[in-house]
Amino acid sequence: MFFEDVDQDEEITLEYQVISGGKYDVDVFIEDPKGQVIYKETKKQYDAFDHTTNLKGTYKFCFSNEFSTFTHKVVYFDFIKGEEDPFARDVGAHITVLTQLETSCVTIHEALKTVIEYQTHHRLREAKGRARAERLNEKIQWWSLGEFCLILGIGLTQVLVLRSFFTDNKQKQSTKI
Amino acid sequence: MESLKYLCFSIFVFIPVSNCLYFHIGETEKKCFIEEIPDETMVIGNYKTQLYDKKSNSFMPSSPGIGMHVEIKGPDDDIILSKMYSSEGRFTFTSHTPGEHLICIYSNSTSWAMFGSNKMRVHLDIEVGEHANDYREIQEKDKLTELQLRVRQLLDQVEQIQKEQNYQRYREERFRHTSESTNQRVLWWSIAQTAILLVTGFWQMRHLKGFFEAKKLV
Repeated sequence: MFFEDVDQDEEITLEYQVISGGKYDVDVFIEDPKGQVIYKETKKQYDAFDHTTNLKGTYKFCFSNEFSTFTHKVVYFDFIKGEEDPFARDVGAHITVLTQLETSCVTIHEALKTVIEYQTHHRLREAKGRARAERLNEKIQWWSLGEFCLILGIGLTQVLVLRSFFTDNKQKQSTKI
Repeated sequence: MESLKYLCFSIFVFIPVSNCLYFHIGETEKKCFIEEIPDETMVIGNYKTQLYDKKSNSFMPSSPGIGMHVEIKGPDDDIILSKMYSSEGRFTFTSHTPGEHLICIYSNSTSWAMFGSNKMRVHLDIEVGEHANDYREIQEKDKLTELQLRVRQLLDQVEQIQKEQNYQRYREERFRHTSESTNQRVLWWSIAQTAILLVTGFWQMRHLKGFFEAKKLV
């Protein structure tokens, strides 16, 4: 359960993706300050949800893994609130005109932000695949070892049981009399 | 107890500190966040805690005397940072190996009952890499013009992208290594299992033959 204080008329975006665990799904819901559910999904693998707030207050979002019995889940989430601009000029309601160089800088900045976003998505997808591969690798090791020992054990047991069928039960006879 | 044991979060948030994300934790609860970052990346974390006051049914503005333990583990399970901070603090670390870093935060004290509360609100803000830079500060320190500052930001961004690409190459290599190892293991274990089956079969037959001959049944 995570909470976030948001002002009115701000754009919020929640992006999430399940990286590892079970069927890679999770329950999510987002509530506004009044307790109204503005977004609710069950067993979703990944999604991006944006919303313009019309209430100022504490927004709550929650990821739930209650439907799963024993799989751990790793969830990536990214909650973006408003605009991030360290270069915002304090000139009231007017936006001053930027020089051409500055405009180019802004364009490049936005493009680079997109690149970083793509990189993040790629990294998440790759992390998912890699986690799966590593788990598979380990599983193979343990299962194969187990099977190996099982074969040996069964072989030995079979021989012992067969032997016991054909052995004289001298002790048994003595107790009967 | 919440099902937090079964959920570990990977978090990437970029919002100013003053009104950042917050969550609740119990007294002995440990909350962990995973940050997957390339090497030589600076990570700054800011947190603020508030104890819940049962009497007034609200959160006290600040919780005095409650220490928070911050533990950061690197990708090879090595402890990078394990320090005790006060109820409000800021921690910084730079990664030396690329990979998944685990940032855990929990309360050290068991005297919450003294304050009459059973949960604590933790405000947390983690900034990674380029986002951790405070450009206003840099502008003041280096006396840069607006344009120079923008260019500096672009340079930082490009550097971050470069590091991420490097990290990507390293990860791909690891993935390939894992796949090849799996392939090898499947091969060798299959051969081993076939061999053990044959050996066991032969041994069984030989042993039983000797056994029956000794019993004069054959």
